[in-house]
Amino acid sequence: MNNEQKKGFSRRTLIKGAAAAGGLAVASSFVPYRFAIGAQAKVKVGILLPYSGTYAMLGNSITDAMKLRIAAAGDMLGGRPVEYVAIDSQMSVPKAPQNTSKLVDKDSVDFVVGPVHSGIAAAMAKIIGKRDQPIMIVPNAGSNAVTGPLCSENIFRTSFSNWQPAYPGGTLMAKEGHKTCITIAWKYGAGRQMMDAGAEAFTKAGGKVIKDIEVPFPDVEFQAFLSEIASLKPDAVFAFFSGGGAIKFLKDYAAAGLKSIPLYGPGFLTEGVAKAAGAAAEGVRTTLHYSADLDNPSNHAFRAAYEKATGKGANVFAVQGYDAGSLIVQAMAKVKGDTGATADLIKAMENANFIDSPRGPWKMSAAHNPIQNIYLREVRNGAQKYLGIAAKALEDPAAGCKMA
Amino acid sequence: MSLATFLIQLLNSVQYGFLLFLVASGLTLVFGIMGIINLAHGAFYMFGAYVVWWLFGYTESLTLSILLGVPLIMILGFAIERLAIARLYHRDHLYQVLLTYGLILVLNECQKIFWGSDFYSVPVPELLSGSIPLTENQVYPVYRVFISVVCMLLAAGMYVLIQKTRLGMTIRAGASNREMVQALGININWVFAIVFSLGAALAGFAGMIGAPISSVYPGMGDQILIISFVVVVIGGIGSIKGAFIGAMLIGLADTFGKVLVPDFASMAVYATMVVILIWRPQGLFGQPVH
Amino acid sequence: MFRTSLYTNLTLIAAIIVLAALPPFLGIYYGNLVTRLMILGIFAMSLDLLIGFTGLVSFGHAAFFGLSGYILGILMMDTESASLFWVLPACLAGTALAAVVVGWFSVRTSGIYFIMITLAFAQMMFYFFNENTALGGSDGMFIFSKPTLAIGSWNPLDLEDHHTFYYLTLVSLVLSYLGLRQLLRAPFGQVIQGIRANENRTRALGYATNHYKLVSFIIAGTLAGFAGFLEAMHTSIISPAHLGWHESGAAMMTVILGGMGTLYGPVIGAFALGFLHDWLQDVTTNSMLYMGLFVIAVVLFLPRGIAGLPADIARLLRRKPPTETEDEP
Repeated sequence: MNNEQKKGFSRRTLIKGAAAAGGLAVASSFVPYRFAIGAQAKVKVGILLPYSGTYAMLGNSITDAMKLRIAAAGDMLGGRPVEYVAIDSQMSVPKAPQNTSKLVDKDSVDFVVGPVHSGIAAAMAKIIGKRDQPIMIVPNAGSNAVTGPLCSENIFRTSFSNWQPAYPGGTLMAKEGHKTCITIAWKYGAGRQMMDAGAEAFTKAGGKVIKDIEVPFPDVEFQAFLSEIASLKPDAVFAFFSGGGAIKFLKDYAAAGLKSIPLYGPGFLTEGVAKAAGAAAEGVRTTLHYSADLDNPSNHAFRAAYEKATGKGANVFAVQGYDAGSLIVQAMAKVKGDTGATADLIKAMENANFIDSPRGPWKMSAAHNPIQNIYLREVRNGAQKYLGIAAKALEDPAAGCKMA
Repeated sequence: MSLATFLIQLLNSVQYGFLLFLVASGLTLVFGIMGIINLAHGAFYMFGAYVVWWLFGYTESLTLSILLGVPLIMILGFAIERLAIARLYHRDHLYQVLLTYGLILVLNECQKIFWGSDFYSVPVPELLSGSIPLTENQVYPVYRVFISVVCMLLAAGMYVLIQKTRLGMTIRAGASNREMVQALGININWVFAIVFSLGAALAGFAGMIGAPISSVYPGMGDQILIISFVVVVIGGIGSIKGAFIGAMLIGLADTFGKVLVPDFASMAVYATMVVILIWRPQGLFGQPVH
Repeated sequence: MFRTSLYTNLTLIAAIIVLAALPPFLGIYYGNLVTRLMILGIFAMSLDLLIGFTGLVSFGHAAFFGLSGYILGILMMDTESASLFWVLPACLAGTALAAVVVGWFSVRTSGIYFIMITLAFAQMMFYFFNENTALGGSDGMFIFSKPTLAIGSWNPLDLEDHHTFYYLTLVSLVLSYLGLRQLLRAPFGQVIQGIRANENRTRALGYATNHYKLVSFIIAGTLAGFAGFLEAMHTSIISPAHLGWHESGAAMMTVILGGMGTLYGPVIGAFALGFLHDWLQDVTTNSMLYMGLFVIAVVLFLPRGIAGLPADIARLLRRKPPTETEDEP
């Protein structure tokens, strides 16, 4: 029994309710944030992230960490106070154009931070990429297209492209002596792109993908596929799922007795779910642009501050949000709060310095996607264990981007 | 496909069928017998999973958590029936769809407020954590076998309750003619309230017993909601036996759909439903509609 | 017989005048919002033809709405610009065809089974697009350019312009309303309303009721396709979620809230829900909680919707209990 579970319902909720007046927990209570009065023109940061449904955890982690970073700068951006306008995306693509328009046209925000879902990212990029303002910062959605064909001067990403965490995974499998593998992922944009990247690297290194399994999204009944894997006997399995689906996949995989076939994947397979998956996740090797146990001072400081503010351990999504905050803070300081100087602002963001990011140093590519280290991690005792760098300063190929 | 693989996939189908019957069992009562389109069925399922996870934090025993949790969901169901559903029996189905749609929104937000948005899981009990070898490299978890057994007992229990007991007869009579049953001096309001809360409790129970294999996360109710309706409708409204066979059919369609036509696997389930309804508009074992 | 009182007609005319006068005051966001709500109004109105007039409760109506958007997306995939004059008929024909197939099988069932079979068909279409990688899978697809009204080099209206599109939508809304109203006053309309009131009696009078139900289903599906076409043009994006049961449920909610069996009620419903959601977004992060409570309250206390409110109040004043279901709307 772990502490996380024990705290569970009663205590945390009570604390949350009682402390709603201050701190980061505010995000989930009834706050008329639109009515604050300020003498000085505020910098408006619009947020379009999921706060309900399956991916609410991601939205909350990103928001909390971003606010944490901006709070560390005194809640001031280039000398101007910050104001947040948050909208729950509900992971709904049909509502995305309306929600984006609300932030951009009605609230005239200076920055838009979001989203988690690639379909929504495309809808947002379609609206925002056509204009000079605002500046869009993608703190998660990994669709290659966002910094590929849809790339734009005013669209930045502080997370990853789907290609990035997956490609080194393919190389790794081959390097560890596996000749054949099966790829398995949800049949949707992110899954497809990650499996393609992993398969590309694995094939290039001399391996052979003997079957590509696509699980209907968001189905979590894996049994039929696990039997297929067992009968095909590959050397390794390369998988991508996330959240509740990842937990169930890891548990089902282990329960079917398949642990004799090593499991690899992009780090989302075990990120934030390793503890819940328990023994089933032990030994699973993944590649990602972050590992909780990275031994650098900024990571230690970040993790301590995040835990203090939210009562939870930080995950990769929080890091992405934190760096989104960092990007805004740095660029606004450079232009001294002048959000009208779009060209300078964009330049400042392109040259922003992420030497002290919790994930280790990284910088923006010409396509506005992080050039970052991808780490090799293994689950040990319910936590990520950093094993080394799988790919150093990896840059997304940014196929189709006019700026790259 | 070799014979061995075929047999294993057959086993998977049956196993999935059991799981489907389990998650649909509550709906079989509420929708199948009482004829209420309860879209909040998935929300009860999710609440069950969260409640058992929450209680597990204190009791550290799955059995105890379930024993404590089922009455909680039952009370929730009872309250909802008395406060809202009870006012809709004489109205068009349309209003049930809407009211329970509203309930989904409310219950999802309550889950968010009570338990946050993290992913959790509940461990499989020690006693049932073993596995049975199947082939040289595949094993079958005992817990899944256990679930199948529970499901069979449940199916038998429900069949007996609805078809053989006096209460079951009252419920069936009440569903087809409320006024008549009322006139016979039976408090049909209470009967319906009890059946509805029983249905909610069954949905919650499915979430609880499934928690160790399915994990606990926001939005998990949405996953099982529509498929539960499919199961009940295919079998024929009002028939426990039908729901059971419907679940097995969907288990087969889904498993073999995934293996044989992977590109259209999730359409296979709905295609099965459409074909069955075209062939028999009242479902496999339903009473013909007039 | 579908009648509207003089009072109602005057109110509707006033509403149209207000909508026509609004754009200069709305700003881009509210302009977009009202455009979208008018589109959803057309969509809900089409569902009202089924629910409120024919007595067919379809739980898969969004399938036609989304399908039309996908047809537009597919047609615009490899082309820089296309003429509205053939794209729109193509979308409507495609949707109508789908409605023929779905309707053909569905109208043979009734009650709960009708609800469920329409749901099943919609789910099939949902998964078809959800798993179709060529069409963007679950992320959906873009419509990179809007169809134009150009004939040769002459382009009477620039549809990329917000105001132009607003008025195009408004005109579409008014025409849809008038078209349906005419339909309901025609003999056909009287038969389907007869079906809703008492299908057996209508059948006994010698009408092939399934036939009428099918035609009603096709008209409603096609009109939903028209709304979907406008929506896809308006937002330039289409995704499987547009076809999902959540959207179908939301459409039902719109019809009930506004007042079914009135045609204009669903439009009121679309505006009420749209602005409520917009306002809730501003004041709370738990907007769905209040949205849900609102829906429940409407079902329990306002079964005849907003459009039925004046009548309810009038009855209340005359101290007559309101009838909950009407046989003749």
